[in-house]
Amino acid sequence: LEVVSHSLFVCSQQKELTSKKRDEFEDILEERRLSSDLRYAMKCYAPVIYKGLSPCKPNAIKSAVLQSEQVQYVIKQLAKEMGESPDIIQEEATEILDEMGHNMQLGAVRFFAFTLSKIFKQLFQRVCVNEEGMQRLQRAIQEHPVVLLPSHRSYVDFLMLSYLLYTYDLALPVIAAGIFLGMKIIGELLRRAGAFFMRRSFGGNRLYWAVFAEYVKTMLRSGYAPIEFFLEGTRSRTAKTLTPKFGLLSIVMEPFFKREVFDTYLVPISISYERILEESLYAYELLGVPKPKESTSGLLKARKILSDSFGTIHIYIGQPVSLRTLASGRINRCPYNLVPRHLPQKPSEDIQEFVSDVAYKMELLQIENMVLSPWVLAAAVLLQNLPAMDFELLIEKTLWLKGLTQTFGGFIDWPDNLCAKKAVMSGLTLHSNIARLVDGHVVLNDKGMEDGAVGKIVFKRALAILMCATYRNQLLNVFVRPSLVAVALQMTRSFRKEEVYSCFSFLRDIFSDEFIFFPGISLKDFEEGCFLLTKCDAIQTTQQELYPTDKGSVIVSFLSAMFRPFVEGYQLIFRYLSKEIKESFTEKQFVPGVRNFVFQLLEKGNTQCYEALSSDMQKNALAALVQLGAVKKKKMSNGFTYNVNQEAVNKILDMFDARIPVQKPVAARL
Amino acid sequence: RQELLKWNGWGYNDSKFIFNKKGQAEFTGKRYRLGGMVLPTFKEWIEKTFGASLEHKTTSRASLNVNDVPPSIVNEEFLQDLRATNISYSQDAEDRVFRAHGHCLHEIFVLREGMFKRIPDIVVWPVCHEDVVKIVELACKHNLCLIPFGGGTSVSSALECPEEEKRTIVSLDTSQMNRILWIDEKNLTACVEAGIVGQDLENQLAESGFCTGHEPDSMEFSSLGGWVATRASGMKKNIYGNIEDLVIHIKMVTPRGIVEKNCQVPRMSTGPDIHHFIMGSEGTLGVVTEVTIKIRPVPEYQKYGSVVFPNFERGVACLREVAKQRCAPASIRLVDNAQFQFGHALKPQVASIFTSFLDGLKKFYITKFKGFDPNVLCVATLLFEGDREKVLQHEKQVYDIATKFGGLAAGEDNGQRGYMLTFVIAYLRDLGLDYYVIGESFETSVPWDRVLDLCRNVKERIVRECKEKGVQFAPFSTCRVTQTYDAGACVYFYFAFNYRGISDPIHVYEQIERAAREEILANGGSLSHHHGVGKLRKRWMKESISDVGLGMLRSVKEYVDPNNIFGNKNLL
Repeated sequence: LEVVSHSLFVCSQQKELTSKKRDEFEDILEERRLSSDLRYAMKCYAPVIYKGLSPCKPNAIKSAVLQSEQVQYVIKQLAKEMGESPDIIQEEATEILDEMGHNMQLGAVRFFAFTLSKIFKQLFQRVCVNEEGMQRLQRAIQEHPVVLLPSHRSYVDFLMLSYLLYTYDLALPVIAAGIFLGMKIIGELLRRAGAFFMRRSFGGNRLYWAVFAEYVKTMLRSGYAPIEFFLEGTRSRTAKTLTPKFGLLSIVMEPFFKREVFDTYLVPISISYERILEESLYAYELLGVPKPKESTSGLLKARKILSDSFGTIHIYIGQPVSLRTLASGRINRCPYNLVPRHLPQKPSEDIQEFVSDVAYKMELLQIENMVLSPWVLAAAVLLQNLPAMDFELLIEKTLWLKGLTQTFGGFIDWPDNLCAKKAVMSGLTLHSNIARLVDGHVVLNDKGMEDGAVGKIVFKRALAILMCATYRNQLLNVFVRPSLVAVALQMTRSFRKEEVYSCFSFLRDIFSDEFIFFPGISLKDFEEGCFLLTKCDAIQTTQQELYPTDKGSVIVSFLSAMFRPFVEGYQLIFRYLSKEIKESFTEKQFVPGVRNFVFQLLEKGNTQCYEALSSDMQKNALAALVQLGAVKKKKMSNGFTYNVNQEAVNKILDMFDARIPVQKPVAARL
Repeated sequence: RQELLKWNGWGYNDSKFIFNKKGQAEFTGKRYRLGGMVLPTFKEWIEKTFGASLEHKTTSRASLNVNDVPPSIVNEEFLQDLRATNISYSQDAEDRVFRAHGHCLHEIFVLREGMFKRIPDIVVWPVCHEDVVKIVELACKHNLCLIPFGGGTSVSSALECPEEEKRTIVSLDTSQMNRILWIDEKNLTACVEAGIVGQDLENQLAESGFCTGHEPDSMEFSSLGGWVATRASGMKKNIYGNIEDLVIHIKMVTPRGIVEKNCQVPRMSTGPDIHHFIMGSEGTLGVVTEVTIKIRPVPEYQKYGSVVFPNFERGVACLREVAKQRCAPASIRLVDNAQFQFGHALKPQVASIFTSFLDGLKKFYITKFKGFDPNVLCVATLLFEGDREKVLQHEKQVYDIATKFGGLAAGEDNGQRGYMLTFVIAYLRDLGLDYYVIGESFETSVPWDRVLDLCRNVKERIVRECKEKGVQFAPFSTCRVTQTYDAGACVYFYFAFNYRGISDPIHVYEQIERAAREEILANGGSLSHHHGVGKLRKRWMKESISDVGLGMLRSVKEYVDPNNIFGNKNLL
């Protein structure tokens, strides 16, 4: 039964993937530009609320949390273990709660409504929202507790989402955010607008965990307000969806497991930026140049950003997903019956697996409704044609890629009447910091971007490439299944389905932290990849074989070139681990080490894989090896240390290498 | 007795709900306090709650169609042996159909519109323990299937004959074993034959100034042996205990022989209590013939009472506190708002202007002055029993607790009506069936901390499932907390819906009931508090008592009844 229901779970997801009917967008800034912001901020705000809500003040929630059996239990436990008086620990819990708790006040909300109107109008051309999604959300909020799960690309995400809900007269969410603790004034303002804060890491602190979990659950159970948090845990620096974190998700799912609520709605939300506010910061960060700490003064300096333009934002509110429906038939129904519900209990393996599946499902739903701008397509083409590309050719290839993307189910924002030239041109204008037009050729803007001590050409070039890659990356999760089939085809140089599949499967494992795959359905992913390739006439399949068509080789090589930076990057990183490292190391040592290693190769011209400099890729590659058992990860008092199993890494590398076509001299020489 | 009872519905022939010529609801007969009274607001309530209309009526067959009844197949040798014992028997179609069912919705539906696939081939009426011994011996000798039949009030499909049973099915009707064999005033026990019906038992004991105090809602019809076989629970268990607390000794006839103990003592430590193999065995092991049961002097004084709470949550909190202080009256029940309104709709026409004025005043006080929302408030009904003085003291203690939870005393009358409704509510289903409304009750037990979540979730699940299954009008889905214990409570659900527009209402009903049971289990509730498992809830036995637990029960069955003579297929 388990198996059957599991595959049902997957099936429903597949079905959703194929039957795409998306809502229309409305620009909410349009009205802001026409009418008074002040009046808007002072409008009558009476959001719909959960049908079972018993109204209460933020402070009442806090005291309910402190008095809850759950928190009291942990307090007593800790008091006993540490020989402290429970009062002292209670005091500590109160402080934690004060540091964390939100204090939503309408005044602050109105203040934000006013200032954000001003700022957003300055920064963005349009903020487009699917109104049907808002209506669905409105109904969902009344019916059951709601959890909002937006994608996370920028600090703008949660400001924008609250602003949006205010605009549509919906209850403002309470937000679990791990940020802004250092910013006193803004922090307090955000708190009053409904944000609550969690420490970035509180691994060992049981009291903190208990208070935090109970705080979230109390708000959820009472239906106080929608709960919002980011599955990705942090802003994705690469614009590629990060693998999900499970902690918060399992907290919000628990009231349903324990049947304290009848159901809970999970709402995937896709927020797509035509140009990401923090793009250059991210690129620096990925290259290891420390980012400025978030501070109020830092934010003020960022004011110069206000004079820049950041294009359009698309916010797609997905279909609310009923947790009850997801769980039906999946979860042994009585895991919590034999222990009092307030006792902290480690979730069973069943439940952990379910939480993980739900997390991936939600991220896949986010990805499905991400809006791709023409520039995303152009960036993907451009990166395969460096250092310079003929403008007309870029336009032609971009248009070609548009068709392919749509075949693969990508959601492109390309108005019907907009000609390709204009589309690409406007992308270039918006992203003039990344690329520009010189003598009919498009080139990367890799010189004199910003003044600074780092004068090396390699570094500048890496910056430009990483920034450009941020846009191409938005395509990757849409393309990953057919592309890995294409890569596997090239690597195996065989047409036998079996071989191609085993190579696909290997790649999927290797890249399990790089791209988003629903756990455990390798064959389904392979079939979907093949299906999409067949759909665009790139390959033909028989019972035993699959081979590219005449016309298809263009597509196949484009797709595999798209993922080449990852294949090559991982090879470099694995090589570093297999050759350069002898004993155990920490993550802090690993990233600079591998960066230097790649940097030197780049300087010598032994590789062109600039993306291997990205700390994101480096960490993902390491995580993949840990998962494959080739690297052992051990928890120490001061973080994690790693031990390389040379033999295993070499074996993985061999599998990679042996399948690399001969025309890859770079890899061969290494 | 069979003549007094309905053949296709609940209870006595002369007692039923009807709509009189003026279109007002009325309860007929003189057996109940409600008898002969007009219920002026009931029709409106039905229409509002179910969207049912008096114009849309379905009617049951007027009488049993004998031609439809499966023929009686009994081997002649057995009949000869049976005649030799002088035990009376019958192969009459009506007698056999009457004993082929309990009172589950689907069974009543079959009676009204169809026919059972399998029914007993023959009914036998032993009059004493020895008769039963003879019958069981004959059944073993001729390899027959024996199904004990007591009051016939089962709501777990326990009395249905297994369709695939090829052997002759003998229905063993215990109703003629109905004597009190002796009363022991020194030890306060009585030995009673198992076929006695609850009401008769209490009446006869009362002649000597005693009672058992065991009052399940079905006590007018259900039998002592049936209580033992299903682990019954009585309304006044807070004073007298449930059946397992009341029973001192059981005599049961099994294919292996007679099982009994050597003494009649309050407690013994001789390994697992064999009574607990018998109680709840649901007729799968043998026939209970004689039971020694505790008796008490009839209480001097009885007093009803009721309390209104602003909402269900406060009411449950109050019951929990009462249980905690171990001061629960003989009975304490809390009905939710829907059931309160239902009870309200069954209020008879008031006799005088004065009472109607008083009612109005009460209503005004509660809703306007105290600010209770009539669509949220709920009511607890109470029954106190014992010495007059102690009762009054006890009453004060309970009302004091209730006040702490925002409760307002709402009078004796409301309390008494609440308990009377318990008995007549079973008659309502027959009325509903006439107007496309089907419904049933089910129950569970649950720890205190999960009571509210379970009640809310189960009711919501029912509403949801109805919607999904295409039920056009929102169902009536209501509950009451009907018993309190130290560690939890018994919750009773009523659920009914208008099935117009649905082609297979019984199937839809069963799917919804099943979903509701799944929901109960997921919320930490039990499979059953007192209705038992029968065949209706068998599928959940494994997860309820684990594989090993089930194996333990199976091995008892295999030892006691290796040839499955008691083949009703209940429980395991």
